Amino acid sequence: MDQPTPAICCDDVCVDFEASCVLSNISVDIFPGEFAAILGVNGSGKTTLMRAMLGLVPLTGGAVRLYGTELSKFREWQRLAYVPQRLHSAGAVPISVHEVVGASLISPRRRFPRRGDRQAVLEALDLVGLAHRRKDRFDALSGGQQRRVMIAAALAKDADTYILDEPTAGVDAESQERITDTFRHLRDAGRTVLLVTHELGSFAALASRIIVLGSRTGVGSRVMYDGPPPVPEHLSERHWHHSEDVIMRNDDPGLLEPGNKP
Amino acid sequence: MSLLSYDFMQRALIAAALVGVIAPLIGIFLVQRRLALLGDGMGHVALTGVGLAFLVGTAPVPTALIVAALGALLLEVIRSRSRTAGDLALALVFYGGIAGGVMLTALASGKASTALNQYLFGSLSTVAVEDIAWLVGASVIVLVILAVFGREMFSMTLDPDVAHVQGIRTTRLGVLLTVLAAVTVVIGMRTVGLLLVSAIMIVPVAAAQQVAGSFRGTAIGAVIVGLACSVAGLAASFQLDVPPGPSIVLLALAAFVVAALIAIPLRRRRNRHPHSDTAAREHRHG
Repeated sequence: MDQPTPAICCDDVCVDFEASCVLSNISVDIFPGEFAAILGVNGSGKTTLMRAMLGLVPLTGGAVRLYGTELSKFREWQRLAYVPQRLHSAGAVPISVHEVVGASLISPRRRFPRRGDRQAVLEALDLVGLAHRRKDRFDALSGGQQRRVMIAAALAKDADTYILDEPTAGVDAESQERITDTFRHLRDAGRTVLLVTHELGSFAALASRIIVLGSRTGVGSRVMYDGPPPVPEHLSERHWHHSEDVIMRNDDPGLLEPGNKP
Repeated sequence: MSLLSYDFMQRALIAAALVGVIAPLIGIFLVQRRLALLGDGMGHVALTGVGLAFLVGTAPVPTALIVAALGALLLEVIRSRSRTAGDLALALVFYGGIAGGVMLTALASGKASTALNQYLFGSLSTVAVEDIAWLVGASVIVLVILAVFGREMFSMTLDPDVAHVQGIRTTRLGVLLTVLAAVTVVIGMRTVGLLLVSAIMIVPVAAAQQVAGSFRGTAIGAVIVGLACSVAGLAASFQLDVPPGPSIVLLALAAFVVAALIAIPLRRRRNRHPHSDTAAREHRHG
């Protein structure tokens, strides 16, 4: 049977910064409906890979295709939603929660407001439990609530694929629970989710696949592992606690060969 | 005698009202992009345009308009194509603009040096009939562009990376915003003056954001402050026989102080009950 077109296809992707190699020959396909997590230690290039997938950092080699279209020719951006760790300019001018979420509906194809935009914003905020804060200033919310608002902005877009950078880093337990619930809902609805995270944490039960980035030589991260999340009882404690330990504590190189399954 | 009974004051009031409305609308995007000093840089580039107009004998407003727009493009090229940081690129254009303006004015013969003062700090009596046509035309163009691209600009200034993933051409839009800032500087140069026009882009925004709770609220408040200060500052300038630029900017700064004072109890109340209604409502929402 033919495989479906990947939502995201990275083909031999290389990224250099200031003449030093950050990503080296990364080939990863993310298929529709997958819930995948990119893991790795600090500096392993996981955020860089995610940004390369979205065209936010230039490639020095290889290619990225989104829904089968080369990145430079891709125009169906309404199919993708991206949640960064924090908003670039939050706090410079007061912005309401409603405006932050509503901004995600703006695009060259939607230059003017449409009927239904307000409802989409309210429904998305309701999904993350913050509809009642829609008139509040975004910078008056706690860090966890701000993250939930940013996720609501992605949800309002009603995209096919959601790409998130550390969605639960520094987030309180209540917000983590809300965010996990929201992503369980997305997974059940058959949406594609790709998240970059330091550790799987509450997403362990949701992820169908993990991609671990790391480097043995210290130069140019590669895919060290790509497969389903390991079942903890099948691994010795020495092998698996969370993503960092996969790289830092493993003494069986075979486990970390690309494509190897635990 | 009413100040409106003078033709030159009618023209000055039209020019002041235009800059009072347009400048804060552009300024709010500059503040959001953390480029509050961009207007200053563009003002200095426009000075080169005025100096060039004195030298070659063309009309100062259209000449400054073209030179400022070209300077805006140059700034974006330096910023994007070289390894020069944004503020350093702005400084280069800033210094080049003021040096070019003073040099060209000095080379121009006659009363150019005296006239330059009117462009630096604004003047009540020098807004000509043909200037009004240029200023109205430029203002309409800025307003139409804001009506079409304003929401995309908002998205870009909020987070350029997220905007990119929405299909928004952030680089082109950034260039467009810089050019609009340059055009706005020229719109304001006859009344507020090139050295102070940036203030009317930024200070009304700073005043409005003290009390506003949203981007839209800040924009509306900034336009009200900008328009009121421009018109009242012009009237004060007429009464006190001083240049209009300083009067307008000092009034805007006074509005900022008043807004900051009003904001103190609001902020205290907010800090005393942080998320006061949140906990209860979140509890209710489960």
